[in-house]
This record gives sequence, structure tokens and C-alpha cells, in this order.
Amino acid sequence: MAGTDSTTHDADGRGLPTAAVDIAWNVRNGVISAVDVIERHLGEIERREGEVHAFNLVLGDQARTRAAEIDTGVAAGDDMGPLAGVPVALKDNMCTRGIPTTCSSKILDGWTPPYDATVVSRLHDAGAVVIGKTNLDEFAMGSSTENSAFGATRNPHDTSRVPGGSSGGSAAAVAAGFAPLSLGSDTGGSIRQPAALCGVVGVKPTYGAVSRLGLVAFASSLDQIGPFANDVADAALLLEAISGHDPGDSTSIAGGPLHVGNELDWGVTGLRVGRITDLPAGASADVVARLEESFDALRDAGAEIVDVEVPAFTYGLSAYYLIAPAEASSNLARYDGVRFGLRVEAPDTNAMYAATRTAGFGAEVKRRIMLGTYALSAGYYDAYYGRALKVRRRIAADFAAAYERADVLLTPASPTVAFHLGDKTSDPMSMYLCDTYTIPSNLTGDPGMSVPFGTGDDGLPVGIQVLAPALQEGVMFRTAAELERRAPR
Amino acid sequence: MSQGTDSQTATSRTGTSRAGASVDGWAFEGYEMVVGLEVHVELATATKLFSGSPNRFGDEPNTNIDPVTLGLPGALPVLNRRAVELAMKLGLALNCTVRRSTFARKNYFYPDMPKAYQISQYDEPICVDGWLDLPGGIRVGIERAHLEEDTGKSTHLGGSGGRIHGSDYSLIDFNRAGVPLVEIVSRPDIRTPDQARAYVAELRSILVAVGASDAKMEEGSMRVDANVSVRRPGAEFGTRCEIKNLNSVRSVGRAIEYEAQRQVGMLDAGEAIRQETRHWDENDGRTHTLRSKEDADDYRYFQEPDLVVVDPDPAWIERVRASLPVLPAARRDRLAEATGQPSDAEAVLVVTDRGQDDYVLAVAAAGGDAGRALVHVKEAFAEQGARPSVPAGDLAALTTMEGKGALTATQAKQVLAQLVAAGGGDPEAIAAAKGFEAMDTGELERMVDDAIAAQPDAWAKFCGGEGKAMGALVGAVMKASRGQADGKAVTRLLESRRTAG
Amino acid sequence: MSDRITPEAVAKVAKLARLSLNDGELATATHQLSDMLDHFADIDALDLDGVEPMTHPTPIANVMRDDVEQLCLDRDEVLAAAPVAEDGRFRVPPIIGLDS
Ligand SMILES: [Mg+2]
Ligand SMILES: [Zn+2]
Repeated sequence: MAGTDSTTHDADGRGLPTAAVDIAWNVRNGVISAVDVIERHLGEIERREGEVHAFNLVLGDQARTRAAEIDTGVAAGDDMGPLAGVPVALKDNMCTRGIPTTCSSKILDGWTPPYDATVVSRLHDAGAVVIGKTNLDEFAMGSSTENSAFGATRNPHDTSRVPGGSSGGSAAAVAAGFAPLSLGSDTGGSIRQPAALCGVVGVKPTYGAVSRLGLVAFASSLDQIGPFANDVADAALLLEAISGHDPGDSTSIAGGPLHVGNELDWGVTGLRVGRITDLPAGASADVVARLEESFDALRDAGAEIVDVEVPAFTYGLSAYYLIAPAEASSNLARYDGVRFGLRVEAPDTNAMYAATRTAGFGAEVKRRIMLGTYALSAGYYDAYYGRALKVRRRIAADFAAAYERADVLLTPASPTVAFHLGDKTSDPMSMYLCDTYTIPSNLTGDPGMSVPFGTGDDGLPVGIQVLAPALQEGVMFRTAAELERRAPR
Repeated sequence: MSQGTDSQTATSRTGTSRAGASVDGWAFEGYEMVVGLEVHVELATATKLFSGSPNRFGDEPNTNIDPVTLGLPGALPVLNRRAVELAMKLGLALNCTVRRSTFARKNYFYPDMPKAYQISQYDEPICVDGWLDLPGGIRVGIERAHLEEDTGKSTHLGGSGGRIHGSDYSLIDFNRAGVPLVEIVSRPDIRTPDQARAYVAELRSILVAVGASDAKMEEGSMRVDANVSVRRPGAEFGTRCEIKNLNSVRSVGRAIEYEAQRQVGMLDAGEAIRQETRHWDENDGRTHTLRSKEDADDYRYFQEPDLVVVDPDPAWIERVRASLPVLPAARRDRLAEATGQPSDAEAVLVVTDRGQDDYVLAVAAAGGDAGRALVHVKEAFAEQGARPSVPAGDLAALTTMEGKGALTATQAKQVLAQLVAAGGGDPEAIAAAKGFEAMDTGELERMVDDAIAAQPDAWAKFCGGEGKAMGALVGAVMKASRGQADGKAVTRLLESRRTAG
Repeated sequence: MSDRITPEAVAKVAKLARLSLNDGELATATHQLSDMLDHFADIDALDLDGVEPMTHPTPIANVMRDDVEQLCLDRDEVLAAAPVAEDGRFRVPPIIGLDS
């Protein structure tokens, strides 16, 4: 029996559990109906999507059908999985069979993939309900979700401000209550920075922990899919469902799913929490204040605060903005108007390429393609791309050394709280600086996550970034859970 | 001596073999040619290099496609272990070192290149520093053999029809895209068109022998580019031109012959050679400029982030080495030894290429005459495969009868034809049935005496030392014996009669 | 404004990337790329001799699949998504001035 009658909630679904963990447990055990859960969230979307614009596409009907399927399964006594009936929003750069996947770019407008990304299949197997495809900076290139061919997403806490980016739609969707969970992709901070700006939890797992198959590539050696959630426990639930080896991704790490959920209540007693003494400057006073309080909170919780140095940290931005565009210039060469997506006709194929790509890509994407093409081109490879790869190695070595002395490191996730739309669009460099603190873990492959920790100027959310060594998500989540418990209210 | 046609070269090396044996260098107005060959071969795998769609020639257009083949957004390559193994196999067969290797992206736009980059091994190829010995003892160095993916196929339509220039549009089929290729790059050790042909023919036999590829030039599963330059012997290398579109062993020879002479002509006319890529036109027998080095693309190679290092451990390499069959050169030596022929003799080359060398050895093992067997197999077994239908024992018996002089060459041929037609049989019985029983010397002597008696003046001339008079007498005996007499035996009898008389 | 990259170099890069820029866009791109390269020049100061380039975050080796056929995509579905298709193949304008 799909026992909606066994709980009390009104037509709008008020009274239904809001945490993914609770929704899944109750749907899985037939206490509440997945259909009611979906209707509740579609109702929220109905109410606020107009001002937030988190979605490129809301999958109302598919979601209703899928939810009914879940309820039927539960009624039939089947175990519908750890995410049974939980609505999940997908960043629109993850391939969904038969459902448009645009990367918020004109060049992919109207294209529907003939296959599902691995994460999409895993969500399905776990009983999740995909509720929509969320907005992003075109091809995940940006830090504000203003570089979308389909219009900017706005921050649910203050719609005059950006949600961060590039996964701004996924962050906003969770913050606005459109879905309890969402997936984003993080190449230089594209999950952690918007999570911080929207006041939700955002996780960039260890490179290779989550399959990239079906994630439209931006920078292949840096891209990683990860969860957004309202709290650490929900983020853990989603990460466990999507992680684990995939033979379809050659860079996927061998071994089963990450297990992080059971460590959340272990506390941080005796844990060595690193404070980076030579952390690059640039964080605003309110953010710095929250960071100091986060160290105090963990010390009070029994952790040992240790000073560490990461001298190469400061070179991360330069290395990243040479490596990522270089890989992107190659990854985005396939958008040529021959096999799929946009074509602008021209008298010969070479002219057609240029006409199609010039019309199909936005300014930021073109800028990065040119930067990356230059960094790889004859005569400049060694000075730019080649050199950046050596800096990358240096950064990895410095972090490895720091992790000799500390189990986790804390930094700001974003230098500032959410800024206003248009503040940084005229100056690309100012936008790039948003990634200062998140970039290094993409270069090293180590995990990082942002957890809300109080507010800053104008009462806007601040996120603290917890960094850990590769595959140490367990201790990272433990630390984040402690910060969550001790966050200023 | 080396006019192999396209179809011949695809099935056997007839016509190109002795070319390989020739060591006499090519020289033209005091210049020598310096040639290196780049050969692309499609590997005989079931699936593509980085995805599971079939590697199959001749299917309906765009039926062997998947997200990786089409370079769809989000697609990721996963390396085919079998392709790596075949590359290692042929590398070891070419005496290469198998090493730790990586893949790179070669970035360029072309409609039959789906991702706008080709995944290819660049600065770290899997096989390096080998060599290939040509029949006749010339050694050609192998610089490298690396794995890469093939492109799709473009068909140019409208306009002048079929040709890329002046066509109205093109249609693209991606069935071939992603098919595993090995590119084998020789050192510039080749000095004559014959050597070039022999190199291609020998490389082909090795590829087929190790099962790496069917290496059919006419189907494009083996494609040859030639780097050609000329110089005064001993001087520095000259400026080279790369010749493309060499679709047969024959055109390889013709193209480099033409190109070398063209370059000599330019140098003699005081002109400088421009480094460029040139296209061989089979019809007008010339090479034409395709593109010059100046407008060569900037490929922006960088390591493929979607693939990881291929680092075969010694155990794997040794397993592959152990799986190598006996290679053509060794098989030719073995056959040569058994038959007393030079190992680059036409018969040895042809029979080994047909894979019938083991059969000839089996005939010898069955007590037959290996030398005679080799000749018979080369002449009469062209239509037969590596396992001829005639039991080795039967051919052995035939060669034994020949050895005993029990059959004349003519008779032996007829018996052999019968054996081939019937797929075996007892040569003795066949010879008997044909009335080939060797006549006893008594009968033969009587015929000789009859001939002498019938032509006294021919006999007198013969005794007087006119050798050609013998023809009439032998002829008479042959006539009387209805061609069954052994010519040598008749001559011997006449000689003995003369010395006796 | 910095002149780390010339308009000529930017034009060459745009051509390589198959992007068309009008004069205004070329000027802007030159300006912006120069500023960025100025910023990224901080790594020029580092002594990186003997440092191994890091192309992958995780040192994995020998990831290979068995040579087994997988299901292919449906040709009609794929060609339906193509900008222009003709008798089972993808159609493109005349191919000229391209390096094959
Ligand atoms: Mg080549
Ligand atoms: Zn090649």
C-alpha cells in the first residue's frame, strides 16, 4: 500500500518530510507516496521558478510517471532503492536519453542524447526521480551562471544576486526547495562556490570516484560530478548512490561506492585540522571571520588545529586557467555542425565550421577556446601548457606535504558572499578570481566540499571549504558534519 | 622483372619477390634515392580501438556507430586490449622494443574526423627501434610502430564527380571511424623501387603471418605513404616529399621512381626541392602537390586526458612473444634448406607466401624429393591453400618414381594433374592406367637399332660428328614409342652405339 | 594595456579554432587575452627544472576492455539528430582548403 493516508499533509504537501534521507525512508517503506513528494516540489517550482530560473527544463510529466512507478513498486513489495522517490535535479551538462541536454549553449539547443550518463542510470537504479535539467554557465565555464544562452539563474536568498557557478541552477534548485538533491559538475569550483553562495552543501569528490561517462566534457582531467544537498547527511546519501567504479570511464578509480554516511556522528576529537598560513589573500572580512570561527568551533569539538604551508597554492589559478582552457579547446572542437546540434550553412565545410561555431558559442566560451588553443599552439606549448602541468605537479606535492601534518584543511569556499548580477561580467579576470580557493583540489584530484557556516555581509550565506586527501571523503564529511552542528545560527 | 599487378600483389608476391632480392642500387644521373615508408594497417580486431562497435568492412553506412565513434558529447574512450596485443605482436615480429606508451590528441578539423581530433600515440609509441630484413639480405630499420584510430570515409558527389575538387557536397560514413590502426614508420634505409616493393610485400606477409591484419591494399586495410628524397651518394639527406595515395605494391614502385626522377630533374635544373605532401595519380603516372609545409596545420598535440598509460609488464610481453608463429623469413630458410634452393628463390618465396612450405616439408618427411615437390607445388598448387588436397604421401610417391626414372617429366606432369584433379591417388596406379609403365631397355634398344637401320645416312652424319643429325634418330624413336621413351636414355644408347661401332 | 599577445597571434588562434572575429572583437580579445597572460605570468618565476608534468590527477595504468561487440546506436535515430543527412550518411558542403 502506498500509504499517503498514514501521514498527514495538506494539498501542497506541507507536512511531508523535506530531507532526502527522510523522504527516501518513508517512500521506500510505503509510509508516504513518491507522487505526493513530486507534486510538492513541482508546486514549489510553480511558485518561484519564474524569479529564480534554476531550470532549463522541468520534467513534470516524466517525473510524475516515474514517481507513480516507484509507488507501484513499493506497493508490490519491491525495494525501490536508497533514493526511492527522491526528486533530483540534474545540471544540464549530463546526458539524458531522449531528453534535451544543452549545456546552456545555442550550439546544443534541441539536441537529445541517444544515451544516459552513468550517474543518470545510477540515480534511476537507486529509485530517484529526475525532476529537471538545471541552468549553468555555458559548458560550465563561469562562476555566476550569467553565461547561459538561456538567461541567468538568480540566488534564491536575494534574486538581485548570482547563485555562483557554473552549477548555479543546481545550487539554486536545492536552496529554493525545488528539489532536496541535485547534481553539479566541478572543474575549478563549480559545485563548491555556488553551494557557498546559495547556503547549501556542495561536494567535489576525489577525481575518478564518480564516473564522467555522459558528462559533457569541459576539462577532462579536472571535471568531476558531485552532489548538492541541504545538509551533510543528504549529500552523503547521494554521493554513495552515484560513486563507484565504472568500466566506461578509463579514469574511474577501481573499487565500490564511497561510504561516508556512517561516519557523520563520529565527531572530530583528535583530528588534525590544518590552517594554511600562506593562503592566497582576497577573501572579504566577513568570510575571513567565519573561517576563524570555524577553526574555533572544531577546536571546541576536540580537534587539533595545526598550521601548514602550501606555497604553490597561489599558483593554482594560473595553472588552472592554462590547463582547463587547453583541454576545453580540444573538447569543444567536436561542435562543428556535422553530426549533431547547430549548423549555420555556408558555401564550403571550412566556412560552415566557422559560421556554426561563431554563432553557437558565447563570448566566455570563445575566450577560453582561444586562450587554450594559444596555450597549446606551436611555439607556446612549453611556455604555457607544458609549464602549467609542472606547476600542477608542484601544487600536488605541496598538498601531499601538508597532509602529512593535517588530516583536513579549511579554507573559504568563495572569497565573498553572493555578488550582484553584472558585477563581474565586464572583467573576466575578476570572475576567474572567484575560483582561487577551490581550484587546487581540481588540479590535485583531491576531494573538497563546501558546508554552510553562518552568514556574512547583508545576511548572505558563507560556505567553509573542507579539503582532504584523495579518497578521504570519510574524514571530510565527518568534519563538515561537525561544522554543520556548530554553525552560528 | 617486377610488374606485379594490384590483384596479384594482394594475394601473392609474384613479380615483386625477385625485386626484393636485387641488391643492385637505383641510380639516376649520379643521384641515389632515399626512401622511408609509413604504412598504416587496420588491425584484425572484432571491435574498434576505443569502443565496442564492430570493426567490419563493407557494412551499410553508419551502422557500426556508437557515442564514442561519433564523438558525441559525454562519450569516453576505453582501450581495446586485443588491439594493444596485436600491436605488441607485430612490433615484436619487427624486432622492436615494446615500451610504456601514452596516447595524445592530434587536433584538426575534417568532417570525417568526428571529435576534430585523432587519438594517436605521439611522443611515446608502444613499439620502437626494430628492423625488417628483406629477402636477399637488405635490412630496413623500423623507427616506430604506434596505435591510432582510423577516420570515417567521405564520398564526394556532384560536380566533376568523385573527386574532392569541384564536388558539390560530400557524404560521410563513420563505420571506419575508430577502427584500430598501427602506423609502422621505417627509417630512410630504402634505396631502390624494388626494395620498396619488397619491403611492402615482406611487411604484408609478416602482418598476415602474425594475424595482426588481413593487409589488403585494395580494401584499404593496408595503406602506404612514402617519404622520398634524392642525393649524391654519401652526401647529406636531401629535402623530402611525402607521397600519398599509394594503393598497390606496384604504385609504390612507380610513384617513388617518378618522384625521385622529378627531384633529380629539379636539382639538375638548379631548382630547390620544396618540402611538401604530394599525391600520386595512378592514371597520369605523376605526383602532384597536395599541400606545402608552410600551410601545414598546427596539430596542438597534448596527452589524451581521457586515457591512461599503457605499460605492459615483462610477463605480458613474453606471453605475446611466445605466441608468435614462425615468421616468413625463417620459414623460407627452412624450406630453402630442405630443397637446396637459395632462400630468395622465386619458388621458395611464392610457396612460402601461399603457406604451402609446411606441405613441401611433409612431402620430404614422407620420403619424397623435396626439390621436385617444391617445383610441383609452385606450378600445380597455385589454386590450393596452405593444406593442399593431395596427400603428402601421394606427391612423395610421385617424386620417388621420377627419381627412379620410372616417369618422364611429361608423364610426371600428367600424373600430377590427375592427382590434383582427384585430390590424391596412387601415382603407380595412375601411371599404369595411362600406360606409362617405363619400357624395358631391351625394347628401347630395339627401337634405337630400328631407327639406325631406317636412316643410314643420318647415322653416318652422326658418327661423322654432326650432332644435329642425332635429332632425326631420337625423333624416330620418340615416334615409335608414341612419346613415351625417355629422351636422355635414347641419347645415351645412340652415343654408346657410336663409340662401340 | 599589455601586449603579451599580438592581434596577429589572436587572429591565427581564432582561425585554428574556427571562430570568426570582426575588428572590434579581435581588439577586445587581444586586450583580454593579454591581461590574462599577464596575470598567469606569475608562474614564470618558478624554477621547474626536472619537475615531471602532471597530466592526470591519479596515476592509473593499463585500463583496457575486452574485444567484445556492444550494441550500436540506431542509424535512423542518429541521422534524425544530424543537421543534414542523405542516404544513410551525414551531408556536408564541399570540402576545400582543409588538411586531411
Ligand atoms: Mg604519419
Ligand atoms: Zn597515422
